[in-house]
Amino acid sequence: MTGRTLRRAIGPGVAVLLLPATSHAHLVNTGLGPFYDGVSHFVLTPEDVLPALALALLAGQRGSRAGRYTLFALPLAWLLGGLLGLARPTMSDAPALTAVSFLALGGLVAAEVRLRPEWVRGLAAVLGLLHGYLNGSAISQAKLGTLGLVGIVSTLFLVVALAAAMVVRIRVPWGRIAVRVAGSWIAAMGLLLLGWSLRGATG
Amino acid sequence: MSKILSMTFLATLWPTLVWAHTEQGRAAGFLAGLHHPVSGLDHVLAMVSVGLWGAQLGPPAVWQLPVTFPMVMAFGGMLGLMGVPLPGVEVGIALSGVLLGLAVLAEWRPPLWAAGVIVGFFAIFHGHAHGTELPDGASGLLYSIGFVMATGTLHAVGIGIGMIHRWGWGRVALRVAGGLVALAGAFFLWRALA
Repeated sequence: MTGRTLRRAIGPGVAVLLLPATSHAHLVNTGLGPFYDGVSHFVLTPEDVLPALALALLAGQRGSRAGRYTLFALPLAWLLGGLLGLARPTMSDAPALTAVSFLALGGLVAAEVRLRPEWVRGLAAVLGLLHGYLNGSAISQAKLGTLGLVGIVSTLFLVVALAAAMVVRIRVPWGRIAVRVAGSWIAAMGLLLLGWSLRGATG
Repeated sequence: MSKILSMTFLATLWPTLVWAHTEQGRAAGFLAGLHHPVSGLDHVLAMVSVGLWGAQLGPPAVWQLPVTFPMVMAFGGMLGLMGVPLPGVEVGIALSGVLLGLAVLAEWRPPLWAAGVIVGFFAIFHGHAHGTELPDGASGLLYSIGFVMATGTLHAVGIGIGMIHRWGWGRVALRVAGGLVALAGAFFLWRALA
């Protein structure tokens, strides 16, 4: 290889080295630290927001006592599950389980089932442990740590407080119907998500 | 040398795949889901008719029918996604236009359970058709959210239009609209059978 050929090859060679490669970044990165990354992770993850919202609607339908139980039981269970997920992350995504929580909670809201407040609290514990664990596993992979989990749980507390309080205050019949319609939509999304997960195409 | 420099410069501008976040593709899935139910006139007419018929029947049908339809449609969609075959899907969809249009035209008032069964029966065909046509690669959940929201909104449009039922001229206009939907359904039926 002559010196001239070598010089000609240097330019394209450097250019090839400078080519941008495929890059995978974080789960959600706000640039504001793990707490806000956790907040944005929760807000931008309908797999978590919608079942939590459905449970808050259900608690609101069942009155202020069920609302108060849920307001504390759900975030606490979520935190516990999240800590478990952080300590022992095994799975960060379970589409079939998520679909079942959509379907069950959305269906209960749509049918306006008269559950006792203790049952609502039990559902909050189960949902919180399950989704908290999935969240914990996910943020463990994204290296958000406990502060990220605190961001998630704080946002969850706000969502539950606002949604449940709003439903408890509804007095007009069409308002209660709108809540039931919202529940039916969440249940319908759960059915479709179940179909996607059984097909194995939940991108 | 200048040729090499310009080649180098061009090569550094070479665009390649960059995934900034693992959330990529989700917005596209949502928009695809939102678009799918409104992409076919046969679907749109049937879904709006459910709202029109509900508005004619009054409470509780006005909200129970539009709650029944998306849930049963989602069940049909799930069957379609899982690859469970359903014969005569296109015929069922076209028949839904004919029958729902005729129900609005005649201001038919069956018992609530019967109206629910009719709406639910046809919803399975609509859902199955959507389920088998869903694109691969899109976010399943975001697609489902867009899909259900679009369907529910079409019902709401039907209910909104159906509010003219409180006036005499409105009742006539609704019946005319029902007749037009039935005619369109007959056209789709002829096309499905041809």
